[in-house]
Amino acid sequence: MKILAIETSCEHATVALLCDERVVERALDGHSTHSERLLKTISELIVDNDQPLGELDAIAFGAGPGAFTGLRLACAVAQGLATGAGIGVVPVSSLAALSAMSGHEYVLAATDARMGEVYSAAFRVLDGFPVLIAGPDCQVPEQMQLPPGTQWYLAGSAFGAHPSLLRRLSASSIGHDAIAVPQASSIARLAVRMIEDGGLLPPEQAAPLYVRNKVALTTAERLARGGKA
Amino acid sequence: MKVLGIETSCDETGVAIYDTTQGLLGHTLHSQVDLHAAYGGVVPELASRDHIRLLPALVRQTLESARCSLAELDAVAYTAGPGLAGALLVGAGYAESLGLALRVPALPIHHLEGHLLSPLLSRDPPEFPFVALLVSGGHTQLMEVTGVGAYRLLGETLDDAAGEAFDKTAKLMGLGYPGGPQLAALAAAGRVGRFALPRPMMRAAGLDFSFSGLKTAVLNVVSAPGWDAADAADLAADFQEAVVDVLCAKAMRALELCGLSRLVVAGGVGANLRLRVRLDASARRKGRQVYYPEPELCTDNGAMIAFAGALRFAAGERPHAAPAVRVRPRWPLAELQRP
Ligand SMILES: Nc1ncnc2c1ncn2[C@@H]1O[C@H](COP(=O)(O)OP(=O)(O)O)[C@@H](O)[C@H]1O
Repeated sequence: MKILAIETSCEHATVALLCDERVVERALDGHSTHSERLLKTISELIVDNDQPLGELDAIAFGAGPGAFTGLRLACAVAQGLATGAGIGVVPVSSLAALSAMSGHEYVLAATDARMGEVYSAAFRVLDGFPVLIAGPDCQVPEQMQLPPGTQWYLAGSAFGAHPSLLRRLSASSIGHDAIAVPQASSIARLAVRMIEDGGLLPPEQAAPLYVRNKVALTTAERLARGGKA
Repeated sequence: MKVLGIETSCDETGVAIYDTTQGLLGHTLHSQVDLHAAYGGVVPELASRDHIRLLPALVRQTLESARCSLAELDAVAYTAGPGLAGALLVGAGYAESLGLALRVPALPIHHLEGHLLSPLLSRDPPEFPFVALLVSGGHTQLMEVTGVGAYRLLGETLDDAAGEAFDKTAKLMGLGYPGGPQLAALAAAGRVGRFALPRPMMRAAGLDFSFSGLKTAVLNVVSAPGWDAADAADLAADFQEAVVDVLCAKAMRALELCGLSRLVVAGGVGANLRLRVRLDASARRKGRQVYYPEPELCTDNGAMIAFAGALRFAAGERPHAAPAVRVRPRWPLAELQRP
């Protein structure tokens, strides 16, 4: 299987090319914005590895949750490349990628959602493939709970952004990594399994996973809160 | 040559295919007006979400209706600005990537260039040179146009755009969203001359505009103690007349200053019937001609982007060397160059 994967949901962006067992990954320069560097990095990756887009099986992308603009960049680029190459798209949860990368079985992946909130989801990683147990959610850190049962590993930027969250949950966890970010190589590997399970989508069905869905107040809601029309 | 055009700068998702020999082969448009209505204005994040939700399907539908395959495309043109950054990024990301995968050029197009060239798509197109009056929700500008990419700014609004003035005035008169067309409809039922509203900058030298004072004048009328809502239609008529007076006077003066006889009107306010009647009448008196886009191409659309892209591509324009997703939310039209 041959897959190009894109992950731009947070500040550290990567692209990866998977050809069967082999995965090559490249980071985007941190100096400029992802939109400026993404296509150049993809072009270099496919040229250097002599891998024409038209011979790929799919374009996979980190669907989120994460920064909205980054999610849409990855999604729009995946849609455009896939449409032009006549292939399908695989949206992969960025939190699932994060848990698969941890090397642990029970993982609570949580990333900084800004505005005082965190995105989170709990997975059981079986055979390298994360199975969703709870979430995804967007909530204030105080509301976040570990799912019952077993010893959880904590992964993601939420634990760096909210030290009190880490303190509260670490008692019942077996360790943490607050620096890890979702990477395209992980997105690519998960996409292989999703394609085998029938998860390849036409470009028009590929969508970001926002999780935070209330982004504005309607006029009626503003008035109800004593605001102006 | 066939060029796919993609427009996602604000609240319409537009896709079209223009062929340099056969003309417009097909275009599809999705308006987000209903989505934003409950919010009383365009919510940028929701606009971006809707663009990415629908763009790939609109591209497929447009190709199907034009009986055109992806392999036949020679270039992909997209709106790179001005507009909402997040909304622009959707179209730019998709178009640049599609071009990369198809190995055809992706051409960034200026949204207002699309608007001001759109009358060239009509059955009776104007020839260069002409004066363009761009009147939309975001812009009010007079430009001297001597060719594709040769635009000289003659004057522009110093505060609100004409469409914005219509929308804001409609809001303070309690009309629904989007206000411009509703205010115009109300004005059609009113009588001009009851309310003495100002004609801001009409007699001032130069070709700049100002519309925010007019809105304030309407606010003063409706908040005065004797205000009777039954007079709303008459007030709307006077407001519209004031805007039209100013636009008309400045457009005619621009033609005079440039020594030109053709006026092109583009942008959403160009749909205003009273404006059209008055411009046509003033022009006819002086042996001049006014050109408008076809009604369906007055609002934002993909056809004008495909068309502007095709003109530039046919004239030899090629995109930046390395593919990149680059948008310019603010982008002065006068910065454009000939292809
Ligand atoms: N009949 C009309 N009379 C006056 N204004 C109108 C009319 N129809 C549309 N408009 C105004 O045109 C603007 C929309 O035009 P458009 O070219 O889509 O602008 P933009 O892309 O800058 O929002 C809105 O401000 C709307 O109120």
